[in-house]
Amino acid sequence: MLDEGSTLLRRMEICIAEAEKRSGKTAMSMQETFTVYLVETRLTDAVAEGRSPAPNFLWRRYSEFELLRSYLMVTYPYVVVPPLPEKRAEFVWHKLSADNMDPDFVERRRVGLENFLLRVALHPVLSDDKILHHFLTEEHGWKEVVYETGFQAKADSRLRALNATFRVRNPDKRFLEMKHYSDQLQSNTSQLLRARARVADGLYGVYKVHGNYGRVFSEWSAIEKEMGDGLQSAGHHMDAYAASIDDILEEEEHYADQIKEYLSYSEALRAVCRKHELTQFELEMSSQDLVSKKQQREELATGIVRTFSLKGMTNKLFGQEAPEQREARLRLLEELIAEGEETVREKTAEWREHVEKACVEMQRFKEQTDRDLREALISYAVMQIGMCKKGVQVWSNARECFLKM
Amino acid sequence: TMSVSAPRGLASSGQRAITEITHPLSAAEEPLSLPVSAGGDKEAWLTNGTPGEMSSPASTSSLFNRLQLDDDLEDGRDPLATTDTRDLFVTVDDPKKHVSTMETYITYRVSTKTTRIEFDLPQYSVRRRYQDFDWLRIKLEDSQPTHLVPPLPEKFVMKGVVDRFSEDFVETRMKALDKFLKRVADHPVLSFNPHLNAFLTAKDLNKRQGLALLTKVGESVKQVAGGYKLRARPAEFSAMGEYLETFSQKLGNIDRIAQRILKEQSEYLTELREYGTVYSSWAECEEELQRPLEGVAGCVATCCRALEDQSESMSQDFLPVLREYVLYIESMKNVLRKRDQTQAEYEGRLEAAVQRRQEERTPIPAEVEKCQDKVECFNADLKADWERWQSNKRHDFKQLLTGMADKNISYYEKCQTAWESLITVLQDRPMEDKLSETN
Repeated sequence: MLDEGSTLLRRMEICIAEAEKRSGKTAMSMQETFTVYLVETRLTDAVAEGRSPAPNFLWRRYSEFELLRSYLMVTYPYVVVPPLPEKRAEFVWHKLSADNMDPDFVERRRVGLENFLLRVALHPVLSDDKILHHFLTEEHGWKEVVYETGFQAKADSRLRALNATFRVRNPDKRFLEMKHYSDQLQSNTSQLLRARARVADGLYGVYKVHGNYGRVFSEWSAIEKEMGDGLQSAGHHMDAYAASIDDILEEEEHYADQIKEYLSYSEALRAVCRKHELTQFELEMSSQDLVSKKQQREELATGIVRTFSLKGMTNKLFGQEAPEQREARLRLLEELIAEGEETVREKTAEWREHVEKACVEMQRFKEQTDRDLREALISYAVMQIGMCKKGVQVWSNARECFLKM
Repeated sequence: TMSVSAPRGLASSGQRAITEITHPLSAAEEPLSLPVSAGGDKEAWLTNGTPGEMSSPASTSSLFNRLQLDDDLEDGRDPLATTDTRDLFVTVDDPKKHVSTMETYITYRVSTKTTRIEFDLPQYSVRRRYQDFDWLRIKLEDSQPTHLVPPLPEKFVMKGVVDRFSEDFVETRMKALDKFLKRVADHPVLSFNPHLNAFLTAKDLNKRQGLALLTKVGESVKQVAGGYKLRARPAEFSAMGEYLETFSQKLGNIDRIAQRILKEQSEYLTELREYGTVYSSWAECEEELQRPLEGVAGCVATCCRALEDQSESMSQDFLPVLREYVLYIESMKNVLRKRDQTQAEYEGRLEAAVQRRQEERTPIPAEVEKCQDKVECFNADLKADWERWQSNKRHDFKQLLTGMADKNISYYEKCQTAWESLITVLQDRPMEDKLSETN
């Protein structure tokens, strides 16, 4: 499922070995219960050299994973940052627990967090991050280091900017297409998840109702002579059939999680596209600003008003200003133009970097998506085959019993 | 002293024709004469039906195939279902709708093949409607009150809820009528009943006139009803009653479960169809993933069809058998009740006679002894029918439940095949990519 040949995972094995329930006091002195996850890492290049270093263990909370992810989002705005597993169970079918402390939920989250770390560690850009290394190897002081990077301020301004409405003049087709794709991915995956939850509900009903046969066959067998034994044991198989749906649907939840990952990925992809729009918008704004400043300078220098302006009108009405005043204004304009040119240079660089890196990243992401989803579909088909085989098995067993009647 | 004379003839003790048996209920002085063989006076209205439709040899041979198939299905170990001595084969098929100004109704073709001497021809083909079957059943019950007459499908259907002329309804009813007639034809006593003969052969069934001679038999039992109270029912018949009570309860449960499963399956099917649609509309948005997603949509559609088949066979093959047995239980209870009445009459009369003897020193009248014979005979008939019914029931349910298992196995196998071929498609794709790269 994941890329080969990346940097960090070649040097380090990463897994989340277990989850544990803890309770403690919040800042507000409120009692709270939370789950911590044991992050286990082991340097593999040391193993290759013949040494066997002790694995490194540390505990992390879900909120720390969240912090790591927002840090990565802000620091690498051109990266489609791998999503975290869902905070609260969504798209659940009715028998599935939506409780955050439910062991099955915690286990699925453990798998999801591990998957997140592996994806980050495999990412050509993210895997080199120092904060990530710190997160993986040193339990204490990590949060402080993250906050020292000042990412929070950037995150806030970025969030404000991303929420603002603006329109770029010359939208990039590649990003428009990607944005459209992320919208479709989101709507398709969420529709699929909703439909799947309902299918799971339906299937659950069909299986569980068969369990009633188990009871009735067993009761009926009590009044039969020759048929009794066959009925009785067929009843057991019906019970087994009804019970088998729990495991089947539990297993299918893994498929749902794979789809959910891509539902969240669609959000991350859209963020990259939005970031592109934002940088381009800022670039367009600053270039426009520079153009108008240059125009003002020209007007001031030549005295010819090319375009209608209020200033031109006042000049005409009230006569020319003093030469010293004009000089001062020209100097100020020169300064502003120099600043503006610098800004445009910076924005252009930022914009170009984002376009270049994001295009590479989007291409990588698209390939990863196609590969992952194809494999998810294959494993889903394998799961369905398993279910069919179980069904054939149970009904064949029941058939044997019926034949003995 | 109470002398219990052995019954003079056991009606159900083999495949002897009813004429050979002096049935105690038929007012022993006049032995039964079979109207068909008796020939003449009253039976003049009985015109024989046309011989089997020889014009279509295909249908006759398919009839034969079906009969042979039925034989194959018989359980060899079952002593009561011996096939080698069967000499009367009946089939109900080919429903036709008749529309007249007065009414609209369905007739069914009733085909007979036989080597019995009671029939003039080796094969017959007549058309009958539900009413005719109903007539036959009433006649059988009246003329053979000590026997268990198989049930007919329910006569009344809820108007508006069920379309009486829909293909499904007619098909289901036809199967039930076929089952009814086959059960009668396989019965060692009922199959020799002249009403059956008339039903199978007469071109026009004159139902009003009836076979006056035979109805007498029924009368003697019917009249019993009044006044006597049963003292002690023999344990074996009590056990039968209890068995029927429990069995009908379990049957009701199974029926409810089966209906519930059908309901759950149809809800599941609705969701599953929707689920498939989501995959196909997603496929339209993708390039690389288009084929895999379409493949899944196709698989889901195949599973939907497989489930439809499974549900259909459940409602058409499974539920009707349950219904037949629910009705069968009612018939059986009815016979048990009649037996109780017959015994009650005997006990009542015996008691009165014993009392009279003590007071007046008169011997027990022959009339009471005749009553005793009646009871004995009833008991023997009932026991034989019970055994036969039990054996049929075992065979039927074995077949029914095995069939249910088969349908489910086949459903899962169809789905499995679909998913397996999808995996081949999904895994093939990268290979094609490599090929196109090298080209």
